[in-house]
Amino acid sequence: MSAPPSEREQQVLDRIERARKRRAKVREERITLSHGAGGKATQTLVEAVFLDAFRNPLLAPLEDAAAFTVDGARLALTTDSFVVSPLFFPGGNIGDLAVNGTVNDLAVSGARPLHLSTGFILEEGFPVADLIRVVDSMRAAADAAGVAIVTGDTKVVQRGKADGCYVNTAGVGVREHPGELGAATVRPGDAVLVSGPIGEHGVTVMLARGELDIEADLVSDTAPLHGLVAGLLAAAPGVRAMRDATRGGVATILNEVARAADVAVVVDEEAVPVAAEVRGASELLGIDPLYVACEGRLVAFVDGAHADAALAAMRAHPLGRQAAVIGRVRPDPPGLVLLNTTFGGTRICDLLVGDPLPRIC
Amino acid sequence: MRFVDEFRDADKARALSAKITSLCEPGREYKFMEVCGGHTHTIYKHGLEDYLPENITLVHGPGCPVCVIPMGRIDDSIHIARRPGVLMTSFGDMMRVPGSGGNFFDSNAEGTNIRMVYSPLDSLKVARQNPDMHVVFMAIGFETTAPSTAMTLLRAEREGIENFSVFCNHITIIPAIKAILDSPDLRLDGFIGPGHVSTVIGCRPYEFIARDYGKPIVVSGFEPLDILQSIYLLMLQLREGRAEVENQYSRVVPWDGNRTALRVIAETMELRPYFEWRGLGFISHSALRIRGKYARFDAELKFEVPGVRVADPKACQCGEVLKGVLKPWECKVFGTACTPETPIGTCMVSPEGACAAYYNFGRFTRTRVREASLS
Amino acid sequence: MCLGIPGEVIEVLTDRPDLARVDVSGVKRAINIGLLSEEAVGPGDWVLIHVGFALSKIDEGEAKAAMEFLEGIGKAYEDEIAALRDSEIL
Repeated sequence: MSAPPSEREQQVLDRIERARKRRAKVREERITLSHGAGGKATQTLVEAVFLDAFRNPLLAPLEDAAAFTVDGARLALTTDSFVVSPLFFPGGNIGDLAVNGTVNDLAVSGARPLHLSTGFILEEGFPVADLIRVVDSMRAAADAAGVAIVTGDTKVVQRGKADGCYVNTAGVGVREHPGELGAATVRPGDAVLVSGPIGEHGVTVMLARGELDIEADLVSDTAPLHGLVAGLLAAAPGVRAMRDATRGGVATILNEVARAADVAVVVDEEAVPVAAEVRGASELLGIDPLYVACEGRLVAFVDGAHADAALAAMRAHPLGRQAAVIGRVRPDPPGLVLLNTTFGGTRICDLLVGDPLPRIC
Repeated sequence: MRFVDEFRDADKARALSAKITSLCEPGREYKFMEVCGGHTHTIYKHGLEDYLPENITLVHGPGCPVCVIPMGRIDDSIHIARRPGVLMTSFGDMMRVPGSGGNFFDSNAEGTNIRMVYSPLDSLKVARQNPDMHVVFMAIGFETTAPSTAMTLLRAEREGIENFSVFCNHITIIPAIKAILDSPDLRLDGFIGPGHVSTVIGCRPYEFIARDYGKPIVVSGFEPLDILQSIYLLMLQLREGRAEVENQYSRVVPWDGNRTALRVIAETMELRPYFEWRGLGFISHSALRIRGKYARFDAELKFEVPGVRVADPKACQCGEVLKGVLKPWECKVFGTACTPETPIGTCMVSPEGACAAYYNFGRFTRTRVREASLS
Repeated sequence: MCLGIPGEVIEVLTDRPDLARVDVSGVKRAINIGLLSEEAVGPGDWVLIHVGFALSKIDEGEAKAAMEFLEGIGKAYEDEIAALRDSEIL
């Protein structure tokens, strides 16, 4: 066992913790790709620019959707933009992501997805046939999720911009789950579950760019999770919070929740489901699957006493067959995510600054 | 994964740990340097220090080719990237290394086209696909990576590719190790030797360490059990009063290295009289440049880089961290002004840098983390 | 940057003998084996891959010896622990 930190080292560690709690400030003069990665740079940008300007109690929790009540109706509202490159990849296309992403943000907020809006920004020269493919996928995905796309907008920009097609969707849903969900309710003793193998979307898209000459039998995991969530909420009491694992991967969610709830999240590396090929591709590229985007996986924080029920409920659903309990919530050290490695050591699993895989979602 | 998973077995780690502890002389402190950034990364990523007794300290060395690139060379790269019609390609690790005016991402925000590639051959592919652009490959790395750049140059010549050149920042490991050994600040008991560099240069170049400085060195693999076994072998050498070069990574490292790799390096590159290493200063015959015969692929000649020497920011103590004199948390700006988000120095930017590894993985590794994970 | 990954050779490309398709945990990539020109490289061989090139052929004999050493240490450790346990005075 290595030596405990000396007093001097502990002082430095404490100084670091104080520095991390300081108010966010964007130091760069211009936006860089790191700001879009979902990691620290994104977090700083959101807090220092957007939250600062728009500050209001509905926005402040920074959950996947905003929750509010109108005339007794408990609603949720969310939005997501999609800039994935390439537009078409094994397992789906930008259209599938656009519908499923917003459906999932509503679902993990405990809402039944109702209606979606969509906005298109199209590049001059983009083939109409491709647009039709995207839109057909959106309709099919909407049907599968039981939602309708009820309003939309289209803009066209000059050749060279929008890289073919950018899509935004926004969605509204009804929060039928009686309890309040949210990261702030997470507490020590809670179990952490993931609904299936991680990193499949990110690696699939990266390989689909064709720049890496890597072949793998991988498809994007894009899928609507409202059914899985409904089953989970019905069968297991004590669900505290759920998050849609998108860019930044599972590790980013764990860090966000640890920070929001001021708890430690301890994960067992061996318990995290990862497909062999995702592992192989990740080793080749030198990236960690924990930070790779998914598009059809959720992370759930559940009262420890109901972890087994939650797991069984997820596994009962086709999209959750490989669900697993991957860790526990502890009181200390607050705000940090720790990983018990397969090797038997323990290390920190911090937020990344940028992302080695840009334009994944 | 074969050849990977077997070397991550926790039970065997405990056994090795016990053996290492049993070789410790009571009251004696042991200091081993792992030269390679990849080893630093493994040590922190797998929480290896949890398996070592209190009196063994691992000191992190300068074997991180990203960490030792001086800021001036980043500025030079950006200068090249700014030339009209230039498309620069670079390994991902280099994208966030700060120059005096920002890193490659910042530069792209201002309009350059610097793209990430996985292999130098990918750069050649980009050159073929973009005949109207001039593609420059920003080459970094020790002797591990130099052969790949060399092969790419040979391929470019064979195929008569005109719109391609290399900005060569390859460095050699032996002068860095010698600088460490000659440094008065450091008292080391032995070295965990570079793994993948040795597949190219072999184990013989390390003989001077044992012969002239009387220190043991064990060439080590990158899995946690490899490193633990290497430490065990070092402890055994010390116990038995030996100072030798040993090859723990024999499944991958041939004692004589890779002759073909050495040949292609020699064919396309030559040693520079001197080169500046961040933190270590100017070291003679420690870096490679492209030979005259391949001058038309030399970006440094094509683009007349400013070559201005940029001093490290005053607050930066990367040099001492790279030499192993300071632990990351002993640097005055560690974790406050210098973080992975706002790195001042390269030790924090590179995923293999000691500071990044400690900040991202090793912080709190000892008491608090162990307590939390066991409760 | 030190990143070197073991991969299994699936085939050497007949029209490009300096290229081989390798498998890394189910993921396949074409890599350049030109640096191993002094050795025979064929399907079933394992190589160390670094930035798209094979740097070295993995010596299975040495790998086996390494594992045996580790297993030996493991066994000796288990024996010692067992001996320690058995020697406890009840």
